[in-house]
Amino acid sequence: MSLVSGSDQASAPIAESATAAALIRVENLWKEFPAGSEGLLSRTRLTVKAVAGVSLDIQRGETLGLVGESGSGKSTLGRLILRLIEPTRGSVWFDGRDLSTLSRAGLRALRREMQLVFQDPYSSLNPRMKVRAIVGEGLEIHQLARGPEKEARIVQLLEMVGMGADAMNRYPHEFSGGQRQRIGIARALAVNPRFVVLDEPVSALDVSIQAQIINLLQDLQEKLNLTYLFIAHDLRVVEHISRRVAIMYLGKIVEIAPREEIYANPRHPYTRALLSAIPTIDQKVKSERIKLPGEMPSPVNPPSGCSFHPRCPYAEERCKITEPKLEGARGTHKVACHVFPAQ
Amino acid sequence: MNGRGFGKLEIAGAAMVLSLVIVAVFAPALAPHDPTRAVAATYGDPGAPSLAFPMGTDQLGRDVLSRIIYGARISLTVGVAAMAETIVIGVLIGLLSGFFGGSVDFLLMRFTDVMLTLPALLLAMAFVAILRPSLFSILLVIGLVSWTQVARVVRAETLSMSKRDFVLAARALGAPPARLITRHVLPNVLPIIIVMAALGTSSTLLLDAALSFLGLGVPPPTPTWGRMIEEATIYFRTAPWLAIFPGLAIFYAVLAFNLLGYGVLRARSR
Repeated sequence: MSLVSGSDQASAPIAESATAAALIRVENLWKEFPAGSEGLLSRTRLTVKAVAGVSLDIQRGETLGLVGESGSGKSTLGRLILRLIEPTRGSVWFDGRDLSTLSRAGLRALRREMQLVFQDPYSSLNPRMKVRAIVGEGLEIHQLARGPEKEARIVQLLEMVGMGADAMNRYPHEFSGGQRQRIGIARALAVNPRFVVLDEPVSALDVSIQAQIINLLQDLQEKLNLTYLFIAHDLRVVEHISRRVAIMYLGKIVEIAPREEIYANPRHPYTRALLSAIPTIDQKVKSERIKLPGEMPSPVNPPSGCSFHPRCPYAEERCKITEPKLEGARGTHKVACHVFPAQ
Repeated sequence: MNGRGFGKLEIAGAAMVLSLVIVAVFAPALAPHDPTRAVAATYGDPGAPSLAFPMGTDQLGRDVLSRIIYGARISLTVGVAAMAETIVIGVLIGLLSGFFGGSVDFLLMRFTDVMLTLPALLLAMAFVAILRPSLFSILLVIGLVSWTQVARVVRAETLSMSKRDFVLAARALGAPPARLITRHVLPNVLPIIIVMAALGTSSTLLLDAALSFLGLGVPPPTPTWGRMIEEATIYFRTAPWLAIFPGLAIFYAVLAFNLLGYGVLRARSR
């Protein structure tokens, strides 16, 4: 019996029926990375279950906030959706097309439609390319524009993200983190994508600049009718930009709900702990701080039952045995918790 | 490099390399005598250094200085051409191995390991013995036995570059592997390749000298530094200048390329 098939089918969330409006549909997606074997002579191969059975929809024009601590698998999920890495199991549908059935050429053509913005504005820009070449790369690859037309488009893109045309002939190291992030956004938008995965786009920036970039992303979303998956490690960042928020823990979605619901009526103990960790300026609102004991367990060997039970202050006996399913009415508040199910 | 200026080391190295190039290019003008003809009256016996022959003359009465000056041509040609061959093979294997990984990497690296276990000099001797010594076969052989180091370094560097976000970004844009390698990986691996080229030249120079010393170098009458030392061995007690001056020439050339290489390496990590 291999560990791969160790998790039972029953735990897989039931895929929602297809909605015409969903731009992205993720069905029971798994990604396991090899993590060596137990011993030198052991046959048992260990795997890191970075993404363990995720199903979700992203509607056209919405922003889905995806929050989790580092190691929760949120970046892996983003890259799986873009098919920059191959899933172990499960499927991703983009605009009604199953990405796993696409040919190499078909996938390359589809790359125009979905883009990625990175966390680290330093390693995400090639240090030996001028901004002109960085922003223009997508135009070249997909032969969208050439010559003076291409130049004009690059200038237009730079202006769209709040940079001047004079940036064209400079190298990335001449810019600040915030400016580099803008260049990264311009690069992603050059191919006119419909869907953008924002992988912690502001986590590496100063707080004052974070707001600027988030506002820019919001403006661009309206102007260009974009759909976002906004990945972050704290709830504060996604609060203003998301329509819905999903909370991820150890490769699974533990709670997903419209923004107002998550902030006003969190159900899952993990979501509550995350919310209580947001610092407030208002002294009168003395929210009790929920401190979680211990660290996130290793995704190589996740706990039995509910993977959150070892750190959960409300854990009961059944939490150690059976895994709670992500349940709730479709499109509303869904929670994976025995003790605090969706209302 | 990154436009942060050059240090003393690489300037010294570059000057020394330049001096070698000048000597090689202008050998006919610089050499006081014909390197292949007996010019001293001491035919049959090596002549000691004198005003007329600053580095002495050899057992055939040929001017050592002129032979060293002409020898620079062969040494530089072999050194640079073999280095270029080494770089081409090594970079190609290193890039493919590091970029594609998996079974491509496994096969190429095990092949590299096998080549690494065989001593380069021994392998080169075997090859030259089969191919017969000539300028072309020497070039071919030195390149064939010395690419392994370059391949390993380039592979490691490619591996680390391929994992950078900017390569993933280009992949997300739909860039095919050839574009990823030529536009994103290679330009960022280039500085280390330049270092390897400079350091590699000194080792190909040495290998060439060693082959010549063993009688497997470019055949006579073309003067080479390695064979000059070999011919000098029997006169080593009576006429040490026959071995010392070509030895110094080899030392100077190797030092020049090493200084240049390490200088560039240091400038890069500053």
